[in-house]
Amino acid sequence: MSAITLDNITKTYNKGSVLAVDKATFEVAEGETFGLIGPDGAGKTSIFRVLTTLLLPDGGNATVAGLDVVKDYQAIRNCIGYMPGRFSLYQDLTVEENLRFFATIFNTSIEENYALIKDIYVQIEPFKKRRAGKLSGGMKQKLALCCALIHKPVVLFLDEPTTGVDAVSRVEFWDMLKRLKSQGISILVSTPYMDEAALCDRIALIEGGKILSIDSPANTVKKYPGKLYAVKSSNMHLLLQDLRNYEGTHSCFTFGDSMHLSFKQEAEDNISKLTAYLTSKGHQQLEINEIDAGIEDYFIRITEKANG
Amino acid sequence: MDNIAIKAEKLTKRFDDFVAVDAITFDVKQGEIFGFVGANGAGKTTAMRILCGLSKPTSGTAMVAGYDVYKDPEKIKKVIGYMSQKFSLYDDLTVMENITFYAGIYGLSDKDIKKRGQALLDQLGIGHEAKTFVSSLPLGWKQKLAFSVAIIHEPKIVFLDEPTGGVDPVTRRQFWDLIYAAADRGITVFVTTHYMDEAEYCNRVSIMVDGRIDAFDTPSNLKKRFSVNSMNEVFYQLARGAKRKAD
Repeated sequence: MSAITLDNITKTYNKGSVLAVDKATFEVAEGETFGLIGPDGAGKTSIFRVLTTLLLPDGGNATVAGLDVVKDYQAIRNCIGYMPGRFSLYQDLTVEENLRFFATIFNTSIEENYALIKDIYVQIEPFKKRRAGKLSGGMKQKLALCCALIHKPVVLFLDEPTTGVDAVSRVEFWDMLKRLKSQGISILVSTPYMDEAALCDRIALIEGGKILSIDSPANTVKKYPGKLYAVKSSNMHLLLQDLRNYEGTHSCFTFGDSMHLSFKQEAEDNISKLTAYLTSKGHQQLEINEIDAGIEDYFIRITEKANG
Repeated sequence: MDNIAIKAEKLTKRFDDFVAVDAITFDVKQGEIFGFVGANGAGKTTAMRILCGLSKPTSGTAMVAGYDVYKDPEKIKKVIGYMSQKFSLYDDLTVMENITFYAGIYGLSDKDIKKRGQALLDQLGIGHEAKTFVSSLPLGWKQKLAFSVAIIHEPKIVFLDEPTGGVDPVTRRQFWDLIYAAADRGITVFVTTHYMDEAEYCNRVSIMVDGRIDAFDTPSNLKKRFSVNSMNEVFYQLARGAKRKAD
């Protein structure tokens, strides 16, 4: 049985004038960590809300743990954990009170499922008497994850758990998810950070309400059409302008300390011609190397039409 | 002094016995793109609030655009621009109304507001959206508009607090094109980000850990010093030693 299925799910707002999710179809296998990758406004949160039975879809069917999101909404609510993008715990309850509250409404106790949250909870336990509203961003996130797990859900929904979280805390968070996965929990997680996609078993790229690609992270980047080059010179600011003006350039974007360049056509003499052009423009310490595309390269490539 | 936009010496902020900002010393040159990086809770926001004239330091000194943060916070506010990730524009005002509102607050004349407002719309290519409510703009447009509004009064320094969080990859890069254009005009850009590839785009970067500035240099020098290939690895090496996680 699949943990989650979506079949042509559509969601609109404002009496149909805003199309938030456009016939989204995908499946999450049992025990899988599945990533929904896309920028703000892509439709990620709407999909989460339909699957967690907080919104009714306008069309299509979806199931969670084999249960229908419309007919069986009560049963679904009992067996899923949901961590919304916005911090939604009780700010004026302490860490421990929040956790106990969520355990109680799911007819369980902290003690019963402590093993599941132990690794995470020990990190915030020193602050268990502190009110949730007074916690740091990283600690709030850990508490929210504990509260979403305390009734031992079969499917876990994490909507942008790492947005606004620094790079080190993000790595820690994904380590926690890895441990949960080893316990057999299916996870649907969304993120706008493309580098986090590599940590999922499979990912769906989403933009403008449409699912654009579904595959493993490794296979996703293999679908990048043509070759990609990293270009560096001593004047990066000028390099970007010169590369964008070059007649053979299909696209050029900055990626950290280099420019990622693709050509309109793959030709043997692409590199020698480009080198001559850039040298004539006065560029020094020129480096041009063919590289493997990353998720962000691929995402830019398949959304470029939409972005003009 | 002329070409120094910000100069902080042993700048410190305490909240009771908690040292949020711990004797930081750095300088930012006029026209520089300065990356202010650090883990959640490292003290970035507190330091930034002092530099914007919103909070008084406990000790140490700081000059912003030639003004003392103790004596002249009101003068500082007039010559800087500020943009935050969370709030920057009024959703229930139109694009043009937002421009007029902010430009008016910064004391631009009606004539200048009209002229600069139009130039801004042209530069962003959203002239046809002048009467659109900001609430219905895509996030990427909002952020680009918010940045342009933050510098409509041609401030000496603009402070950007995580301006690109959650923005799509193409818009994120277009946003940096705007930053470069502003820096080319001589505006000093002070920017915080959690995207470490963006740290590479800065002229110099400071990395805060537990209230201190533990590294402060150009991205290429920092990478050399830590013998790594990316700013992400530099950050990871420094920040994983952090003791506190507050924000």
